[in-house]
Amino acid sequence: MIDGQLPILQVVLPLMMAPVTLILRNPRAAWMLTLVVTWATFTISLSLLMQVLDSGTIIYKIGGWAAPWGIEYVLDKVGAFVMVIVSGIGSIVLTYSRRSVEMEVPEDRIYLFYTMFLLCLTGLMGIVITGDVFNLFVFLEISSLSSYVLISLGKDRRALTAAFRYLIMGTIGATFYIIGVGLMYMMTGTLNMADLSALIPAVADTRTIQAALAFLTVGICLKLALFPLHLWLPNAYTYAPSVVTAFLASTATKVAVYVLIRIVFTVFGGVGVMEGLGVQHILMALALTAMFAASTIAIYQNNVKRLFAYSSVAQIGYIILGLSFVSESGVAAGIIHLFNHAIMKCAIFMGLGCVVLRIGGVTIKDMHGLGHRMPWTMGAIVLGGLSLIGIPMTVGFVSKWYLVRAALEKDMWFIAVLIVLSSLLAVIYVWRIVEAAYLKPVPENAAPVHEAPISMLLPLWVMALASIYFGLDATNTLSIALDAANALLHGGVL
Amino acid sequence: MSPETTIQAAMITPLVGAVLISFAGRWPNVRETITLVTAVIMFYLVASLYPHVMDGGRPSLVVGEMLPGLPIAFMVEPLGLLFALIASFLWIINSIYSIGYMRAHNEKKQTRFYVCFALALASSVAIAFAGNMLTLFVFYEALTISTYPLVTHAGSDKAKQGGRVYLGILLSTSIGLLFLAIVWTWMIAGTVDFTPGGILEGKASATVIGILLALYMFGIGKAALMPFHRWLPAAMVAPTPVSALLHAVAVVKAGVFTIVKVVVYIFGIDLLSVMANSDWLLYISGFTLLCASIVALRQDNLKRRLAYSTISQLSYVVMATAILAPLSIVGATLHIAAHAFGKITLFFAAGSIYTVSHKTEVSQLDGIGRRMPWTMGAFAIGALSMIGVPPTAGFISKWYILHGALDSGQILAVAVIILSTLLNAGYFLPIVYAAFFRKAQGEHGEAPLPIVIALTLTAAGTVLFFFFPGIFLELARQLI
Repeated sequence: MIDGQLPILQVVLPLMMAPVTLILRNPRAAWMLTLVVTWATFTISLSLLMQVLDSGTIIYKIGGWAAPWGIEYVLDKVGAFVMVIVSGIGSIVLTYSRRSVEMEVPEDRIYLFYTMFLLCLTGLMGIVITGDVFNLFVFLEISSLSSYVLISLGKDRRALTAAFRYLIMGTIGATFYIIGVGLMYMMTGTLNMADLSALIPAVADTRTIQAALAFLTVGICLKLALFPLHLWLPNAYTYAPSVVTAFLASTATKVAVYVLIRIVFTVFGGVGVMEGLGVQHILMALALTAMFAASTIAIYQNNVKRLFAYSSVAQIGYIILGLSFVSESGVAAGIIHLFNHAIMKCAIFMGLGCVVLRIGGVTIKDMHGLGHRMPWTMGAIVLGGLSLIGIPMTVGFVSKWYLVRAALEKDMWFIAVLIVLSSLLAVIYVWRIVEAAYLKPVPENAAPVHEAPISMLLPLWVMALASIYFGLDATNTLSIALDAANALLHGGVL
Repeated sequence: MSPETTIQAAMITPLVGAVLISFAGRWPNVRETITLVTAVIMFYLVASLYPHVMDGGRPSLVVGEMLPGLPIAFMVEPLGLLFALIASFLWIINSIYSIGYMRAHNEKKQTRFYVCFALALASSVAIAFAGNMLTLFVFYEALTISTYPLVTHAGSDKAKQGGRVYLGILLSTSIGLLFLAIVWTWMIAGTVDFTPGGILEGKASATVIGILLALYMFGIGKAALMPFHRWLPAAMVAPTPVSALLHAVAVVKAGVFTIVKVVVYIFGIDLLSVMANSDWLLYISGFTLLCASIVALRQDNLKRRLAYSTISQLSYVVMATAILAPLSIVGATLHIAAHAFGKITLFFAAGSIYTVSHKTEVSQLDGIGRRMPWTMGAFAIGALSMIGVPPTAGFISKWYILHGALDSGQILAVAVIILSTLLNAGYFLPIVYAAFFRKAQGEHGEAPLPIVIALTLTAAGTVLFFFFPGIFLELARQLI
């Protein structure tokens, strides 16, 4: 009975609980409630993923109205997988969050923080599960608006400008998206994704549909921070509270990538826009530029949060590069890197949160000698860094293996070379931190520092060890990614 | 214990050791005992595989799949066993030496030192036993990462610089070239298992094979083929026990070991010998061999001179492999063992001198042989082995390499070997001469006892190798 309602629960549960935290007001109680809700959504996501893997795509008709008149929720392998990522990251980050939030957010606003967190989770889950392009826009706005607020809660006053900038850019992105949706509606009269993918091939040659595609792609690329539309990201990540950075870096951009996958491979699946309209080459060129430009900029950053923010832009390049091969192993590489990057960046930003808690800042100078003063925290950050480089036995290696394979399969050997070269740039920026933490002496007159509390270290190390576990045995995650890629490339699942 | 369990135990032992060492950090005596016991157990386990392999057994073990169709797998074959035997045996001696050296210098962070050492040894043995190229690569990188803290042990700016060069070259060659080569091989052949006779025959054009060969040979940066050799002199900032065991034995031998492995089990000797465009490997290794020797002549810093000598000696192995004659492959295998004993002795001696007298330059060593007879005696034996003079280990391996080169009519290789023997003599004999026949300066005695014991043992090993090469020779013969 309740089994059939699980898809909607995913969205409704955090949505209904958000106002409750507002009423509770007590920081501790709000945190507890949010914690329970996120873990519940994670459990539901896992069981949904199992269901999808066992018995195929789940379709849920809201209010019993059949599509295309009613809104339907559709969960296929990609969706279920991304959903597990989002709710899993959310649960771990939330478990970690209490001490960090207490320190970085003014006490009288902590309950608001958790309200916004739940709303953001609602939005992200909704985007992933919906099968309706307009409904997707609604959830996109819910998640975006709440994340602007979350970012602006940062201690540094520059968080306000960062949030404002993200607000402007994000709104432009969302507007572009809705223009694209409007144009599609004009030509087909439907907003249902499955319906759209059936109707679009007939009108694909019209300028309206092509304009729609252009608006959609640019709008989504703004949200997922594809170079050069990434300008909002570095400041937002740098000045947001650490918990928010850890959560958004591993989920928000990933969900935007998911939207791109949905639009390109499902809605426009019957048209072959990637090859036919040359979207493939544009994305590939931008992805490669992102990999090199953003990594190079990362090398010169002195704020470590900012450094890893630029690294995120580069890593998004890897994901998009995988998708742009439009081959099974390429798309699988993109999807698997979406998962892998979420894990490692979550670990890194949570580690930086520990540093903020104890030291108060995360410039390279703050890291001097930290390897000996906070060995567990730095150990986890270094593990995350090794994963970014793609050292074997970490998840980064798995992604790189499949990306290089996809490039070689298409005989694009120079792209394979570029992939490995750009991962060498990661060596440089990661090693700046390693050298600072382990080879620089502890600054004189530095106050004594304790290791971060166990309530933060535990979730941190769960993520760090996950990045090793899924690097040692990638067969499960890869088989899901390969299945999903296969389904996407053969007409989309919806 | 079945051989499969033994393989597992041999790799897990040093890991357990590392954990125990880190817990015992507060009690140095306990900590060092754990290191020694771990080393002895590990050697015993590796050695107990010897009879199985000599009987023609190839015990193997699949741990699990890492990527679909690509397992982490181990298989013990003669070459790997030889490498594992040497590394684990010398670890025992090196641990004795480390105790003397690290304590005499009051080095900091000794716990981290011993932990990383155990991790490096675990990686080395895993490389030795790797059953496919993916497994080998995984532990090849693990070895790089686990030795980085050892190279930068001093924590000084100089150590940081050395660490940068070390990591920079080793990671960029392995990620940039070797990784690419492995993925490519996998796509061409559908497997990366080490298979007798190779896996690439008839699968790709001569051009592709040629490119792959280059990617492998330069990608294996640990073999220090020019122009990717700079990391080895840079690694000399490490404490001497690290230079001795890791940068004369474990790490560099992992490099040439991988080269032999790739040539024999990935390409296959037959495939390469019919290919016209594989000659360059012979030339580039010959060039490295001579060039490094000439550079070594001009080094005044003793450890740097030894490092360049190592680069040159590593190229012996590569060149012997590139000759592609069965006898020279035997020679290459033997040289991995012979050079290990000789070079670790030389480094032990260098560290011994530094411990007692704080002398690092060759020009300061006048008359030191009279004050430190054991040290310089061992040094002399090591030096003779490098030159290839009987009765030392170096003679045996050179003999096989020369024999193989003559058999297959590689006159160029013969000339290179002869010339380099002269060069070796040119940069080692003056040191020995000055140490024993020049006037002494400074007042100091022999090094601490653990150091003397260690270097005497390895020097004795170098000589015994000459008289009883059987253990290694039989293994090497099984290879072809």
